[in-house]
Amino acid sequence: MKFVVAVKQVPDTAEVRIDHEKGTLIRDGVPSILNPFDTYALEEALRWRDSLGGTVTVITMGPPQAEAVLTEAISMGADEGILLTDRAFAGSDTRATSQAIAEAVRKVGAVDVVFCGKQAIDGDTAQTGPGVAASLDWPQVTFVGRVREMTEEHVICERYVENGVQVLDTRLPAVLTILKDANTPRVPSLRGKMKARTFKPVLWSAADLGLSPEETGLSGSPTRVVTTATPEARHGGEIHRGTPEELAVIMADLLLGKEARS
Amino acid sequence: MDYMLSDDLKAIRDICGEIAEKHIRPVRAALDEENRFPREIMDILARSDLFSIYIPEAYGGTGMGSLALCVATEELSRACGGVAVSYAANALGAMPILLFGSEDQKSKYLPPLAAGEKLCAFALTEPEAGSDAAGIKTRAVRDGDHYILNGTKQWITNGGEAQIYTVIAMSDPTRGARGASAFIVEEGTPGFSYGKKEDKMGIRASATRELVFEDCRVPAENLIAREGMGFMVAMKTLDNSRPGVAAQAVGIAQGALDEALAYASQRRQFGQRIDSFQGVQFMLADMATSIEAARALTYAVARMMDAGSPRFEKESAMAKVFASDVAMQVTTDAVQILGGYGYMKEYPVEKMMRDAKITQIYEGTNQIQRLVIAAALIRETAAGMR
Amino acid sequence: MTGRLEIIREKCVGCGACLRSCPVDALSIVEKKAVVSDACNLCGMCIKSCPVDAIVLHHVTGGGAGLEGYSGIMVAVELRDGRPDRSTLELLGEARRLSGGARRVTALLICAEPGDIPSELTRYGADRVLAAVHPGLEHYLTEPFTAVLAAAIRADKPEIVLAAATTQGRDLMPRVAKTLETGLTADCTELRIDPDTNQLMQTRPAFGGNIMATIVCDRTRPQMSTVRPGVMKRLEPDDSRRVLVERLPVDDGMVAGRSTLLEFIPSVGNEIDLTESEVIVSGGRGMKGPENYGMLHELAELLGGSVGASRAAVDSGWIPYPRQVGQTGKTVQPRKYIAVGISGAVQHRVGMQSSDEIFAVNRDPDAPVFTFANHGFVGDLFEVIPALINEIKRRRG
Ligand SMILES: Cc1cc2nc3c(=O)[nH]c(=O)nc-3n(C[C@H](O)[C@H](O)[C@H](O)COP(=O)(O)OP(=O)(O)OC[C@H]3O[C@@H](n4cnc5c(N)ncnc54)[C@H](O)[C@@H]3O)c2cc1C
Ligand SMILES: Cc1cc2nc3c(=O)[nH]c(=O)nc-3n(C[C@H](O)[C@H](O)[C@H](O)COP(=O)(O)OP(=O)(O)OC[C@H]3O[C@@H](n4cnc5c(N)ncnc54)[C@H](O)[C@@H]3O)c2cc1C
Repeated sequence: MKFVVAVKQVPDTAEVRIDHEKGTLIRDGVPSILNPFDTYALEEALRWRDSLGGTVTVITMGPPQAEAVLTEAISMGADEGILLTDRAFAGSDTRATSQAIAEAVRKVGAVDVVFCGKQAIDGDTAQTGPGVAASLDWPQVTFVGRVREMTEEHVICERYVENGVQVLDTRLPAVLTILKDANTPRVPSLRGKMKARTFKPVLWSAADLGLSPEETGLSGSPTRVVTTATPEARHGGEIHRGTPEELAVIMADLLLGKEARS
Repeated sequence: MDYMLSDDLKAIRDICGEIAEKHIRPVRAALDEENRFPREIMDILARSDLFSIYIPEAYGGTGMGSLALCVATEELSRACGGVAVSYAANALGAMPILLFGSEDQKSKYLPPLAAGEKLCAFALTEPEAGSDAAGIKTRAVRDGDHYILNGTKQWITNGGEAQIYTVIAMSDPTRGARGASAFIVEEGTPGFSYGKKEDKMGIRASATRELVFEDCRVPAENLIAREGMGFMVAMKTLDNSRPGVAAQAVGIAQGALDEALAYASQRRQFGQRIDSFQGVQFMLADMATSIEAARALTYAVARMMDAGSPRFEKESAMAKVFASDVAMQVTTDAVQILGGYGYMKEYPVEKMMRDAKITQIYEGTNQIQRLVIAAALIRETAAGMR
Repeated sequence: MTGRLEIIREKCVGCGACLRSCPVDALSIVEKKAVVSDACNLCGMCIKSCPVDAIVLHHVTGGGAGLEGYSGIMVAVELRDGRPDRSTLELLGEARRLSGGARRVTALLICAEPGDIPSELTRYGADRVLAAVHPGLEHYLTEPFTAVLAAAIRADKPEIVLAAATTQGRDLMPRVAKTLETGLTADCTELRIDPDTNQLMQTRPAFGGNIMATIVCDRTRPQMSTVRPGVMKRLEPDDSRRVLVERLPVDDGMVAGRSTLLEFIPSVGNEIDLTESEVIVSGGRGMKGPENYGMLHELAELLGGSVGASRAAVDSGWIPYPRQVGQTGKTVQPRKYIAVGISGAVQHRVGMQSSDEIFAVNRDPDAPVFTFANHGFVGDLFEVIPALINEIKRRRG
């Protein structure tokens, strides 16, 4: 079977610091990493390839240096990598991003399943997967906590929702977005790392995907970010110090309020 | 120190480091506490091709050599000496086949080992034969196209977990050391069973078990090399594998230093960080220096072997002795730096100290290693080589 | 190229402030002036970092065609166990607030059997209920719901469409937005209509909660947002409002899809819903281990609340995920939130900062939690919490 995994290069938000005055990111020394959620998508694809046979192709849209996340995916065992890179893609929102990825999936051809991460840790929208599915007019299963079963025709997924688990039987081809509950991503293998060292991605531009300038980047993006700020500061109140017993009395006063004080 | 490792070796180190971080550190205390063999971790190591590195490409390996094995063992040991020896003992077990096996034996047994589908162990020691390996009593008697094995092997690492065993037995007791032979025995061979499981001081994640042979019929084609070559096989095997013990020791010591440094920068006494006290600083400096010296010697010996040196028994013994003594000293000092906390199981250094001890004992005690070194020195002097 | 970041060289002083703000490392200083490389993704993060306003993002303007004829606010109703979810009621409240009485608030009810749901939606703020009813709409399924919501939007032409940022809303809305080729802002925590431009200003956390971004969708309609549950306030129910229900025709073709629901496995009964709790006692890394949660449960019980946790505690396996508060867990707004041994990293804070009153107990006086807690207590939680439990018990006799 033919599997595609959409992966994104993101700044490691755990390392991001912010300039509170200006409401912007301090990027100094923050490493770029493979979106952590995408490692679960990749692992899921690799597992199904290992058990059903076939290939795993990773696709990313980003600047030339996004090649690094494809290389990492190759070292984990992906077969091929495609980098969608073009000035024209700059400024893409999820609509434009989904469209580009969907066109790439069409160009790859005969794909059975597209795996996406649950969300990217920078944009945090979780919108790209459903957008890709809509562009391809394929069914989608989001928030997949476990893929139970797969054949050439269909897939049975557990979709984790707020109050339980939906078990869905879905016809292929389809787009799945994978939660971290689904698996434990493998560590790269030595042979994978050796292969990754000489890996060169396939490069596709907007024109290669048959996308017109109006459909891509800023012009193909209905949303745009107008301002950024840091989360509203909530001011700290009084800070109490003292023995545990003293603190307990103050806390009990505040917590119990009207309740009798003895 | 920058050892100018190749990209492949760096890849091995990174992979082992990642496995250590994600899959070993979180469970090492539990494995130690429960005396539990890390089967899942072996599977992870297998999937990352780590069992391939000491096996030539012709047999499904990646043929990376001794230094690669040292780098991997060191990095794993930094997290857990017990897991690391469970890994490294495979190379020990496979060594007789790698060094002396026939083409048929190699193509039959090495590929599943390279893939990590099967594990391997080496069985020499017996209840009454430790340092004095020539004292082994296990017998191998030829019977048509089979050998019949009888006897008990003791303290065999990976015993009960491995599927392939290389076993040294006496085929002709009248010839003493020249009467031993080496055999490949597969799990499930009639007459081959497992005995007592040991409850150890350290490296408790590793399996150490008795092997029992009762009229065990081993096909004659499983004889390694020729009859009478058993000790030669065993001694060359140990010469080749000892840098692995040295690497294990370096790794354990490094892990202890890592912990000591981290702790010393956090712990405050007398209103200051304890790493601001010169007494502590001197200990840290000595620990780091001796680790680096041990690593340098270990890598140098491994490189010498990879470069095809015909003789390295003395050097390999030196690396093992030096690194294991460093490991014992450094882990003891790490416990000292952590003070009372170091003595408690909440912190990993007491385990590291327990784990370090074995490196001075197995694959030839450090006393025996010194005998080997001295004998070589005397021989070389006599031969006018010095 | 579809847009351009311009550095006004005359203004640029080469200070490098923009370099540090760029998430993709696209800026550098060459001969004392900032230059932008091809890596720029036009995110605009650098603009505010520039002390001399030397950076301008040229958008593609134009468009705007077809914006007319859209009016009102549509709320996509989410049902849970056959009743409108709390998040839907919050959205109705928010829609009313946004409308300022000037825009009609329509609740789109997609279901198999409306029953008295329309009157409940009305009590909480809907001016009108558009009901799409079909036996095939009993459970949420992506494709039928997409078909219905898209049809409703095409028919009704709302200016704004809101849904909760739940697993349902975050599945449905992006698919509908792409189908209609309009924009969607994810997981908003604040909505506002700019009085000058009439655009919906949608504010949302990104970069793991480190940044609040305000987003507009100014060239297409409708403007769509998913809204984080637990952030907006629902209205007091008003029984006097008149119920107005209209039907949206649904044909069998619309409810056809390529997924079928084989079964639904409800979460185990004793699971608490933190978002419903009035008091939450949360433990973090400072709890040291699962065995210490006993005292938090005891305290929560005394206060009639539930126990929550920070991600650190959940990741360590001390307490299960449903109790996680924060960016990747639940957003809560209890009356009282007691953070015990929680440092107060931004990822935790975004999940609880709308609590009415925040208490924090931490040994480290420099813990960030003290910068936003209403009541800070510097002390060892292993002493303070047991003392507090004793004190409460003593007062209650
Ligand atoms: C502060 C900020 C806020 C934003 N808010 C919005 C918004 O509200 N609405 C909107 O439409 N856009 C928004 N964007 C733009 C959005 O981040 C980009 O469109 C981005 O390309 C995809 O969205 P995401 O990062 O949220 O990814 P998600 O949709 O969360 O990603 C889900 C999955 O899609 C796949 N994927 C995502 N991006 C790529 C890629 N480039 N290449 C390959 N696979 C990928 C991965 O599998 C990933 O796990 C915002 C950007 C910023 C900087
Ligand atoms: C955890 C563990 C795992 C092991 N794994 C394996 C394995 O996988 N395969 C295997 O074959 N064996 C294995 N062994 C056995 C190990 O190699 C032996 O324990 C070791 O060779 C020492 O033998 P011994 O314990 O019988 O000590 P002894 O030989 O009885 O030595 C006792 C003491 O006397 C000293 N001594 C002995 N002879 C001399 C001498 N001539 N001069 C000076 N001092 C001397 C020794 O140094 C030591 O201090 C393992 C042992 C342990 C504890």
